[in-house]
Amino acid sequence: MRQRQASANARRAREFEAFVAGAAGRLLHAATLLTAEAPGDNPRARRLLTLALAHTYACWDRLRGEDPYDRARQYLATRFAREAWHHGLGRTRPHPANPLARLTPQQRLILVLRLYEGVAEEQVAALLGLPAERVRAICDRATATLLHPPRGPAATAAAEAKAATS
Amino acid sequence: MNRPDREAAVRRMMERTPPQVPPGLYADVLRHGARMLRRRTLARRLMWLLLLAVSVAFLVWALTVHPWAEPPSETTPPLTGW
Repeated sequence: MRQRQASANARRAREFEAFVAGAAGRLLHAATLLTAEAPGDNPRARRLLTLALAHTYACWDRLRGEDPYDRARQYLATRFAREAWHHGLGRTRPHPANPLARLTPQQRLILVLRLYEGVAEEQVAALLGLPAERVRAICDRATATLLHPPRGPAATAAAEAKAATS
Repeated sequence: MNRPDREAAVRRMMERTPPQVPPGLYADVLRHGARMLRRRTLARRLMWLLLLAVSVAFLVWALTVHPWAEPPSETTPPLTGW
């Protein structure tokens, strides 16, 4: 009995290690895009990834055929959304080396889920509790902001000052 | 530029610089995950223990108080003087 449990534990550890080896790189890239940190210096993204994978480890026996990658990604996304909501937008400072540094956390989250991870619009909407049209609109706006950046930092600073005074 | 082109351009932009996975990640994940599991097991055990204690207390109370037995009537006037 004990031997059988030990062998089950060993198999579980092997499976989980293989999952982490396969999924960690892609998930860490997604997390770094979410937190808009520099690729070489991403403590928040690493923390998010560790928590998401630990959560997957804790419910590994209860997956029942569900995709563990899906589960980890879902946890990562909801955790990031919650932290962005609680800490406000001002606490974190996006790094200019990250391509998504100009976007808001919500825009980054939707863009990463939709385009980087390829999650369907309806699933993103269900995950974040938004209507699908809203997800589509936010994704379009984020795409436009990325492809047609406002002219230089001076222009954005002036726009922010104008918004603050008005 | 139509929608697929724009989306492909953004995808390329996002996939440009992949970060390095830190070497100690797996150990960290195992540590966190094992702690999470231990806490869940502890919480589940505590819940069962509480349930057991409550049901034992109820049983003892019921057996001593007999709440199903009809209490003796207290409203009938005492029968005196006949």
